[in-house]
Amino acid sequence: MSPIGATNKNYLLSVEGLTVSFDGFKAVDDLSFYLDRNEIRVIIGPNGAGKTTVLDLICGRTKATSGSVAFEGKELTKMKEHEIVRAGVGRKFQTPSIYEDLTVFENLEISYPRGRSVFGALAFKRDAAVKERVEQISREIFLEQHLDDYAEYLSHGQKQWLEIGMLLIQDPALLMLDEPVAGMSVSERKKTAELLHRVIRDRSVLVIEHDMGFVEDIAHKVTVLHQGRVISEGSIDHVKADPKVVEVYLGH
Amino acid sequence: MTFLNRKDLLWITVIALVLLLVFPVALDAFRLNLVGKYLTYGFVVLGLVLCWGDAGILSLGQGVFFGLGGYCMAMYLKLQASTPEATKIQSTPGIPDFMDWNQITELPWMWQPFHSLVFTILAVPLVPMLLALIIGVAMFTRRVGGTYFAIITQAVAAILTILIIGQQGYTGGVNGITDLRTLEGWDIRPDGAKTVLYFVNAGLLLGCLLLAQFIRRSKLGRILVAMRDKEDRVRFSGYDVAHFKVFVFCFAAALAGIGGAMFTLQVGFMSPSFVGIVPSIEMVIYCAVGGRTSLLGAIYGALIVCWARTSFSEAAPQAWLLAMGSLFIIVVVAFPNGLAGVYRQYVDPLLDGVLPKAKGRQPTIANVEAPQALEHGAAGQ
Repeated sequence: MSPIGATNKNYLLSVEGLTVSFDGFKAVDDLSFYLDRNEIRVIIGPNGAGKTTVLDLICGRTKATSGSVAFEGKELTKMKEHEIVRAGVGRKFQTPSIYEDLTVFENLEISYPRGRSVFGALAFKRDAAVKERVEQISREIFLEQHLDDYAEYLSHGQKQWLEIGMLLIQDPALLMLDEPVAGMSVSERKKTAELLHRVIRDRSVLVIEHDMGFVEDIAHKVTVLHQGRVISEGSIDHVKADPKVVEVYLGH
Repeated sequence: MTFLNRKDLLWITVIALVLLLVFPVALDAFRLNLVGKYLTYGFVVLGLVLCWGDAGILSLGQGVFFGLGGYCMAMYLKLQASTPEATKIQSTPGIPDFMDWNQITELPWMWQPFHSLVFTILAVPLVPMLLALIIGVAMFTRRVGGTYFAIITQAVAAILTILIIGQQGYTGGVNGITDLRTLEGWDIRPDGAKTVLYFVNAGLLLGCLLLAQFIRRSKLGRILVAMRDKEDRVRFSGYDVAHFKVFVFCFAAALAGIGGAMFTLQVGFMSPSFVGIVPSIEMVIYCAVGGRTSLLGAIYGALIVCWARTSFSEAAPQAWLLAMGSLFIIVVVAFPNGLAGVYRQYVDPLLDGVLPKAKGRQPTIANVEAPQALEHGAAGQ
């Protein structure tokens, strides 16, 4: 298990005693874990284990009942969502969350981290730096041919890639992905794995995923959640051998 | 101008010609003044296109802002008309006549600054904006939106109407502020003056159209549409969504205020009947009929519905409300994107065949990709 050293500044993200209850039901119960720089951590667990809620708590979408989330010395539980994003935390949602009425280019442009205030947005110019960055990202996410297409006409897999691209353009220090390969065809899944391998370099990544093949492929460390609590943590082999994990999750 | 493409220029030229040439030539002074009155609602619907069509914030209280702008102008004009010489038969000369009738003996403090034309011109957009700012900050930072927000704006419209009618001595009550005559000594009542005011109004409307188009073509415009679709995604891209909503609501309020002031100038009075719930909903109908995602469509919508209203009320006054209601239902069911939707579907493709091809796919001023469902504002809840 992780050390108790609550103030260890070497961790990029320190989650300690995190609890949230909805009408008395503790979706996340006294959860603690620590994420290193450049570490890829996968959270697994059965349905309803509180995996998505953990990401919601970190990115500010859900307010914690108690506990702390420290990210590069900042206490995220006291910050607003957009401040957390600006601090360097990017979040991908489970279902593709993109702007269907805008083009791929515009989707990426809106995510470009400049002109985020009202008047900044009004004065925003689509200059060479923006175009170059959008084009660069579009190549990474296999959408360079689709820049002028409206996002609603993309396939499910392409929408997932677009959302990943929208996060990449912000270059976050911590990237949180909620089931990035869910609902994809085999070929899309392969391409996505390839994409993720590239994007997870040089940053910390927190991934929720069910696909064990994919998990084994990317995870440095695995955290297993069950009923809002950590029941096992460590390398993939360690976790797979843990009888508690086999009982609640892998055995099914 | 990068925010206008070829088709925009074409259609803006068309509307400019219609407003500045066709109407003045084809219509007599009386009808031209009527069209001028209709066009004041054009300001309101421009704001609604950004606020409702783009950002998905349905306000059923735009009459409030229209009325505030109108009352600001009416207060100034009333003071102009209430010189001590003109009101010497009153027990207190020099104050508006309705105040005298209500036993008020001194001009209230809130009326004092309206002696100044400069103050009035500033107040016309700023007073509605200030109220929109208060409502917007209170609602949007608490994430009140969709239907709840619409209901609250209705309540504000009801409250303001009751306040105006109740405070008769300060506001002229249910009659409104009437008998307006001059602007800095220039008589606004003769046909000649009304024609001048028509052109001022049309010019201002075209200016506001360009401003609204500039905003829509900026990144801010795209963020508004993005907010309507996926509010959370915008928030988690590092934007403070509430700020953008407050901005667009204030912008719509300022435009409505300008429309109200031009209404007062051209019609010669202002009353609570232009403030309340019914006129506010009518404004939304103008916008829906024209097409709530099209600036030009909304202006044409306002013109057509207002014209139909006048024709109908001349022929069958009782049937008007019924006709208006039916029109709204037909439009929502059959043409959810209004006239602009019809244009988009049938005319625009023809035009593409005629015009030389522009590079890339760009939405035009009359044609921004429309939302799928009417209740987009509520969808984010």
